[in-house]
Amino acid sequence: MIKNRDTRFTLLLLIPVLLVLIAYVLYPSLRTFMESLQKDGSMTFGNYSDFFTQESKTNLEALWNSVYISILSVLVSAFIGIPLAFIFNRYDFPGRGFFASAAIMPIVLPSLVGVMAFMFLYGETGLIPNAIKDLFGLDEVPFKIGGVSGILIVHAYTMYVYFYMTVSSAINKIDPSLEEAAYNLGANRFKVFWKITFPLLTPAIVAASLLVFMISMASFSAPFLLAGGYRVLSLQIYFSKINGDMEVAATQSVILSIVSISFLLFMRWYQNRKDYRMASKGIGAHRSEVNHPLLKWILVFTGVVGVIILLLPHFTILLLSLVPDGTWTWQTYPSVFNFENYRLLYQDPNIFKPLKNSLILSFIATAGNLIFGVLASYVLVKRKFVGKSFVDILVMIPWALPATVIGMNLIFAFNEPTIFSFGNILVGTFWILPLAYFIRHIPLVVRSTNAVLEQLDDSIEEASRSLGAKWFYTFRKVILPLILPGVLSGTLLAFVESVGEFPTSVLLYTISNRPISIEIMNQLRMFNMGQAAAYGMIQISLIALVLFISNKFFGVKAEKSLS
Amino acid sequence: MASINIDNVQKAFGKVMAVDHLNLDIKDGEFFTFLGPSGCGKTTTLRMIAGFYYPTKGVVRFGKKDMTRVPPEKRNTGMVFQNYALFPHMTVFENVAFGLRVRKLGSKELKMRVEDVLQKVRLEQYADRQVSQLSGGQQQRVALARALVIEPEILLLDEPLSNLDAKLRDEMRSEILRLQKDYKITTIYVTHDQSEALSMSDRIAVFNFGVCHQVGTPSEIYNEPANDFVAGFIGEINLLPVKIEKIEREYIYVIVQNGESSSELAVRNAPFNYKEENKGDLALSIRPESINILDKETEGKNIFKGTIEEVQFFGSLINILVRTGGLQLQVNALNSGLSRNLEAGSEVWVELPDEQMRIIPVVNGDGS
Repeated sequence: MIKNRDTRFTLLLLIPVLLVLIAYVLYPSLRTFMESLQKDGSMTFGNYSDFFTQESKTNLEALWNSVYISILSVLVSAFIGIPLAFIFNRYDFPGRGFFASAAIMPIVLPSLVGVMAFMFLYGETGLIPNAIKDLFGLDEVPFKIGGVSGILIVHAYTMYVYFYMTVSSAINKIDPSLEEAAYNLGANRFKVFWKITFPLLTPAIVAASLLVFMISMASFSAPFLLAGGYRVLSLQIYFSKINGDMEVAATQSVILSIVSISFLLFMRWYQNRKDYRMASKGIGAHRSEVNHPLLKWILVFTGVVGVIILLLPHFTILLLSLVPDGTWTWQTYPSVFNFENYRLLYQDPNIFKPLKNSLILSFIATAGNLIFGVLASYVLVKRKFVGKSFVDILVMIPWALPATVIGMNLIFAFNEPTIFSFGNILVGTFWILPLAYFIRHIPLVVRSTNAVLEQLDDSIEEASRSLGAKWFYTFRKVILPLILPGVLSGTLLAFVESVGEFPTSVLLYTISNRPISIEIMNQLRMFNMGQAAAYGMIQISLIALVLFISNKFFGVKAEKSLS
Repeated sequence: MASINIDNVQKAFGKVMAVDHLNLDIKDGEFFTFLGPSGCGKTTTLRMIAGFYYPTKGVVRFGKKDMTRVPPEKRNTGMVFQNYALFPHMTVFENVAFGLRVRKLGSKELKMRVEDVLQKVRLEQYADRQVSQLSGGQQQRVALARALVIEPEILLLDEPLSNLDAKLRDEMRSEILRLQKDYKITTIYVTHDQSEALSMSDRIAVFNFGVCHQVGTPSEIYNEPANDFVAGFIGEINLLPVKIEKIEREYIYVIVQNGESSSELAVRNAPFNYKEENKGDLALSIRPESINILDKETEGKNIFKGTIEEVQFFGSLINILVRTGGLQLQVNALNSGLSRNLEAGSEVWVELPDEQMRIIPVVNGDGS
């Protein structure tokens, strides 16, 4: 029927990719949508009109709060991240390299662990407010974080990195001769910045803003632990589900999905638009050395203080993980330090089990990500077919959808037997979590593979084929070895992200396969800070190890695929 | 070794016709060049021979075999890519051995053949290097060796010299010719560089806008261009729009619009200079080196008085721009005798020899 064997082969590769995307991305979203139309046993838009008109305005308020927090997060993150990017990429002063790499440290903190660290540091019983109280003999703690300000501080800490990274790479791509040309034509520093540099950075700043907005809309851990009575939409979905209001949860999910997917589409449009960035060859970094001694040491001092603030959460987790449970109850500060928590992790099967669960679940999910990611990416980058942008959007949807929504989608799709689950009910079984982790990290692996495949010239594959190699031989011997570093670094990152995954876990876990993040939450409830922190430390070390391996052995800046 | 027959081939990308109604016969063992500006369809044609594209219409044959829809891995063509397309994760030896490993050659023979071809391209001592450690010229040789070692029926070279600097280019040009003669292999060479095409090829096909304008030996292409595109693309040329006034047995008289006035030129009536089947707009073409410069008025046909506008000194050659009436003529003279003393502003006479002028059809512009 189809004459061209190349087209036929593309189709053969495309079918499994499409099948997975339809079964586990599109179908669950549609199931949620169908569920949101159910009210009192009939099909209506009643849930939606309730959402917008209900008297208590709970939902509307939560939607507005989410948007409000997200806009503030964008502003605060931009305010920190953009100047930092400038200082570190345009000026040279002692310790610059160290500060520049320390600036990305927030990303080695899994979100739940990060929020936990902030609670211990700056919360009601936090170390810093209490230290200040004791130092100055105050009656009460001078400040504590919680509610909106708490969420915002955590967001600023974790999300400024996206601004920092995207703007840094944009700054380094600006050809210095553009600015030199402007100076040569008589513009002063101020004019050069506003007329040349800043316009060239706009695409990066817009991209980072959209990204941070979407991430804060989806943020779950921070509101979960810090919000108090403050309502945000991602959390409302969880509460609706806990209360058994499944139709309401579905409606909230659909509304949050619509916001997120419109942002995804807008972002795609914005980035695919033809813009004026030019690719100049051989751009060297051009940094001006800071010579003024006072200015230089102010910068160094600020850098040191900044690094301390940045690393304080990591350090707190490390410190707490050394505090045995039961030794820090009424005292302001912990007094006993040893490796008891790590010993228990190693010796007590009950405490080890969540870690083991997480590793197994993540391993299964990531193996799926690896195979699917390479296949999908190859088809998307190297093959031509009609409807490519549709497939591309399907691949990116799990990235745009908040984790809570993905969790809800899976509940609605697989709490009944379907052909996609081979006639099984998956909710409440072992398999639902690996599936959730797999879906969550499809975009990460596909995109990191895309990045290496796009750099691989088509002529390499053609050369192999003209030398007589069939497609599969070419793929095995030529393409795979060349893209493997990029693929592996993306996959490893997906693995550690899965180990730390909280929002889908909390919606889908069962007691017997509870992962590490759920156990952290349980330990916190029982005030076993030490054990919770020890779990956190393991996650931090895993992420740090993966970033190190990627940088060292694969020559890939893995942290880049996070944004 | 094989001849290639391209039979009424057409290739469309969407609505764009990349190659249209192409008919070519490339002989066994011939060095055949596709010459044309970028986007003219020469690479598309090469890729249809390699099997990376299938023609929309028409047939491609190697010898008598129909290869139109045979996948590239079953064609036994050796291809050298513009960017070489060396496998960056393999050594020089492994790159060259790749095609033999695909053919499941025994390790002894494989080693022998790889070493043999590496010696032919003078890279035997680089066998264990990573390809990234080689210079551009050396990478080029690896690409050649990799294509030659599989003993292909046809060697395809896609602008292989365009990434090299001028000196290396001359060196590789003779290297490629030497290897081609050595292996006696049918070779198709794609280039936009006319001097490469003229100096290397047995025959050349000149392409523009997906249409092949002329096929011929380098001398035919240069001396008897089929139309104004071929004349203009290869070498320097004076092209003057003309109308035929009368055709006599010995001479053809044409009128050149010469500013306000017009002048009459006499072209020798020979098939070399004028083909009767040429219809439509016509142009008179003459190479700058065929025009003679005279320092005093002389009796004869086609002699005009003019003023020198510009003199450019190139060493062995001197380019002179002469204006006669409304016409500007470019004249190239050797650096000897009279031409040494010429300078802008001086008065000269130019002679357009009657047997050096060609009357050719005008196709330029839209490619129709």
